Amino acid sequence: MSISIPRLRVDGLRICRSGTTIDVASDVSFSVTAGEVLGLVGESGSGKTSVALALLGYARRGLMISEGTVALDGVDILTLSDRELRGIRGKAVAYVPQDPSTALNPSLRVGVQLREAYRAHAPDQNGAELRISELLDEVGLPATPEYLSRYPHQLSGGQQQRIALAIAFMWRPSLIVLDEPTTGLDVSTQRLVLETVTSLCRAHGVGAVFVSHDLAVVSGLATSVAVMYAGRIIEHGPTERVFGAPSHPYTRGLFEALPSAEFAQELRGIEGQPPQPGGRPPGCSFAPRCSLRVARCDTELPGEVVHDGRSVRCFRATELVASHARISIQESPETQESPETVVTPILEVEGVRARYGSAEVLHGVSFVVPSNSCVALVGESGSGKTTLAGCVAGLHKEFQGELRFKGSQLPPGPSPRTEITRRAIQYVFQNPYASLNPRKTVGQIIAQPLEHHLDMSRTDREARIAQTLDDLSLSRSFVSRFPDQLSGGERQRVAIARARVVDPELLICDEVTSALDVSAQAVIVELLRELQGKRHLSILFVTHNLALVRSIAQEVVVLAGGVVVESGTVHDVLEQPQEEYTMRLIKDVPRFKGAMS
Amino acid sequence: MTAEIRTSAEDVLAPKIRGQWRAILSRVVRTKRGATGLALTAVVVLVAIVGPFFSPYSPTALVALPFQRPSATYLLGTDALGRDVLSRVLSGGWLLLCMALAATILGVCIGAAAGISAAYIKGRADGLIMRSADVLLAFPQLVFALLLVSIAGPKLWLIVLAVALGHAPQVARVIRAAALDVSERPYVRAVEIQGVPRRKVMYSEILPNLVTPLMVEAGLRMTYSIVVMAGLAFLGFGQAPPDPNWGIMINENRVGLQSNPWAVVVPALLISLLTIGTNTFTDAVARVAIGVERQPVELTTVVAGGQE
Amino acid sequence: MEVLTSELAAGPEPSIEVRSRKHPVLALASRRVMQGLVTVFLVSVVVFLATEVLPGNAAYSILGRSATPESIHKLELQLHLDQGIVAQYWYWFSGILRGDLGTSMSNGQSVTALVSARFLNSAVLVLLAGFFGTLVGVLAGAIAALRRDRPFDHALSISSLALTALPEFVIAIGLVLLFATNVFHWLPAISLLPPGTTPLSRPHVLVLPVATLVLVIFPYIARMMRAAMIEALESDYVEMARLQGISAKRILFFQALPNSIAPTIQVIGLNFLYLAGGIVVVEYIFDYPGIGQALVSAVNNRDIPVIQFIVVVLAAVYVVVNIVTDVVALIGSPRRRYAQ
Repeated sequence: MSISIPRLRVDGLRICRSGTTIDVASDVSFSVTAGEVLGLVGESGSGKTSVALALLGYARRGLMISEGTVALDGVDILTLSDRELRGIRGKAVAYVPQDPSTALNPSLRVGVQLREAYRAHAPDQNGAELRISELLDEVGLPATPEYLSRYPHQLSGGQQQRIALAIAFMWRPSLIVLDEPTTGLDVSTQRLVLETVTSLCRAHGVGAVFVSHDLAVVSGLATSVAVMYAGRIIEHGPTERVFGAPSHPYTRGLFEALPSAEFAQELRGIEGQPPQPGGRPPGCSFAPRCSLRVARCDTELPGEVVHDGRSVRCFRATELVASHARISIQESPETQESPETVVTPILEVEGVRARYGSAEVLHGVSFVVPSNSCVALVGESGSGKTTLAGCVAGLHKEFQGELRFKGSQLPPGPSPRTEITRRAIQYVFQNPYASLNPRKTVGQIIAQPLEHHLDMSRTDREARIAQTLDDLSLSRSFVSRFPDQLSGGERQRVAIARARVVDPELLICDEVTSALDVSAQAVIVELLRELQGKRHLSILFVTHNLALVRSIAQEVVVLAGGVVVESGTVHDVLEQPQEEYTMRLIKDVPRFKGAMS
Repeated sequence: MTAEIRTSAEDVLAPKIRGQWRAILSRVVRTKRGATGLALTAVVVLVAIVGPFFSPYSPTALVALPFQRPSATYLLGTDALGRDVLSRVLSGGWLLLCMALAATILGVCIGAAAGISAAYIKGRADGLIMRSADVLLAFPQLVFALLLVSIAGPKLWLIVLAVALGHAPQVARVIRAAALDVSERPYVRAVEIQGVPRRKVMYSEILPNLVTPLMVEAGLRMTYSIVVMAGLAFLGFGQAPPDPNWGIMINENRVGLQSNPWAVVVPALLISLLTIGTNTFTDAVARVAIGVERQPVELTTVVAGGQE
Repeated sequence: MEVLTSELAAGPEPSIEVRSRKHPVLALASRRVMQGLVTVFLVSVVVFLATEVLPGNAAYSILGRSATPESIHKLELQLHLDQGIVAQYWYWFSGILRGDLGTSMSNGQSVTALVSARFLNSAVLVLLAGFFGTLVGVLAGAIAALRRDRPFDHALSISSLALTALPEFVIAIGLVLLFATNVFHWLPAISLLPPGTTPLSRPHVLVLPVATLVLVIFPYIARMMRAAMIEALESDYVEMARLQGISAKRILFFQALPNSIAPTIQVIGLNFLYLAGGIVVVEYIFDYPGIGQALVSAVNNRDIPVIQFIVVVLAAVYVVVNIVTDVVALIGSPRRRYAQ
């Protein structure tokens, strides 16, 4: 326990929709001392961003801070006038946005934006240039006039985020609020930005609130964590306690859903979705999804129980901590050994070069997907992995080189391929919000490839659709729903059902979980693993997420800059990488720093 | 269990596309703007259609002195030539309405067909279609109509054609942009890579997603058709002189604005109510459609290795 | 709004070749000028073919029943109908380029003399209406955005819905009724200009025509401005600026305004295009001696050389306004101006 006075103390904070009593966050209390980093963790819709903004006395349009105090260095900023608040924002407390590409003004040069941040709290501009060059130096950017005269879109994502960091540290605030600052960045860039954040916080002794959905990132950075679910903090305490032995069933669920870069593990997702603001049950918000629920959970709101060095909102917290001090990790049996028996590969990629117009993005890529196996194609953005997947699927036609499917050549584009091939290779798109026709029902969407490829009687077709929905743990009542009535995870399962329904032999999954929360991602990954095991299906799993590879694939192909850097079994490549690029990639993956073992 | 499969089976076989436009319209009329727009339009349409049957005098008969103020015999007074204003008002709308409707349907159909083909066929066809649209757009719509009228005389079919051809390039541009956007969506790609023929992709994947822009375009073009038709009539290019027409009435009676303003005000009011009605209704459609279109954008854990 | 933006989205394609060596503004301008010249050329061909190569004998159809063999022959010579189509076209088009527009068929005056003064009058009308329309539109739109969902915003929304629906001549008649003939008698109902006088020397005759056109165009500009402003004010970068403690006034003028002006410029351009056609009705109503009024009487008299010339001029105006709009919009948007 630190003896210093907290920089920030939040007490009973409640944020409501304007003019209503429907809250998006309620009863939020925590404190942050100088030099401490608090990780505010939650999935989408948990209210973490609203809480983060409230720390600057700010609520987005349609929301209002209705109760509670936010005391910054002893002053409750919620009682300040607009003018006083303006004096504090950017000076005593600063904010780093989630997406710097939209948070920097597109029509102002970065130098101007830095100067604006200076000007906001300075009577004159005298010290501006000096301070700006100091800051750019600290965040590792050149302070040349040429660089300062660039527009935000002329910088990379990592550079944009470092500009945002420089703006945040302009006035050496006592508290800094970081809202998912590395989401959307490649792992290597992410590591750089996180290092900058850590060193700045340490150097200036600021308190930090780090909002994130990424447990691994938080574990490496935060001294304490607060886990949010449906607008409330459900578990809060020192990082090593909470992550080492999570005691709320939701926190435990998150960990079971989380893939690990260190070992293969069966992922367990959390079925269902969090209740929306206004639709929350009278009892515990998590009760409807909780496997450990008792009668009392549905009717009574659990209060905070301080136990084992952390506070938890669960009636069964004490017994759970006692009985399960460690979460059980099951080493999944199937992914351990790669198929030794060599059969005809289902897909051979040989010297594939692909272009977009005049720019070549793949420079001779070769690898093989064995039958009945899952091969992960891993790469950072710009590596060409999606292009390659597109070539195989028939989406991308501009390529040279050999693609062979079960020994016979695969021409570019769908039209020259045989009906049988088109059926046998199915593709699942990255973004389930865009890959389902909003004007069609789930039933129509799944029926479409079935009608096109297979001549079946109506009854057979319906039976097949019902069976496929069952396979993907989707309710049969979904057939009459429209995509916008489903959650992201459900949509992606419908997209997989559409591919699965015609019994393909090769399934190409392009970043299929990158738009989803971890709990939904885990459900998808386990379903895919199950399908692959049971149905003699081969999967080409395209991803940027190395941790996921462990949990789903037997072999891995690492792609960088349009060439294969390294390939082999998952075990070999991840445990004994031969290439420097792979080593760096593995090193950059945020490590889990909980007391797991 | 069996019961459950039964219901799901029926759902799978449910009609191909949900009665989308009907669904939107039923929501539109329940909005304040939608109901107002519909009511205004309905009143004027009613006057235009049943009006001729209630006309107290012949609309072309000279019944009294010019520009008489309203009286018990001539409820709205008389016009520049001494004809009964009420009779002319009641008979002067239906042809205008029919012509506007015809021009709208023709213009939207030509424009939509051109726009969708340009977007989906791409390449040369696209270039050709959009270049011709550019040339047509270089003529202000009214001027284009005047040009055609000056060549072949004020024939009614020609005016309809001229207005329709004025609409077509505008509709084509809007629909092309919408169709281009839709045709790049992953859900269209998902069907294309199955090897489904292009015509079917266009019909069953793209078209259903263009219903709302088409509805908005149709409403907008209807308003403009009435505006241009009435404007042409006002300038003297419409029906031949003795026949009544709201646009002509405004022009021929404005010299007597001080003696009998009603001869101008009433037809002007009817045209205004009609166009305000259609415009308000279209606005309501656009608002509802945007609400329908809006997708929950919840890309929270956005991509690291995403777009390449 | 939605309507306008959708039309805008479909508007002149903003795609620019970022890889070209030239300065992007210059590259765009030169490409647009080339395209514009082609468009004007095609328009002139369409106009020429439509008016000259009529089914049947043009001269006869113009002169009608009163035609005598001599008059037909005279007209044929005048229209060069005795030569081939290409030669006829060339004679006509080169005439336009030389400034020799032929003679009006209704009064034998030279078209150049007939049109040049009127062209100036129309330009005054268009520029004044465009200027005030833009001013009122931008201000009203910005205020509505800042006072979103308050009475002013609602009033603007309803009135713009009504104004965009009304034909120009109805608005004009309404203004005449109100300010000239029936309620007040402040302004002239018609805007006669004695020959040799310029409209600027008699500003009171301009008030009603300009007001009519302003009422027609400002709602479109206001709607776009409001939408763009709201988008800017709700953007992440404005939120960021607020969280940096930057003052509201500075955010408005320095952060939000530049980003909302760029899309509005496109709509302002569209409205100048509209004005090129809108003056026809307005000039006719107010008897204002501009090219719009000349066009109406030329159509009534089937005065082919005048019609041809005015239509080609209006097309050229369309092309020029488009180019200017695109270039200004490009300058206002650094994201498109500079490559990565």
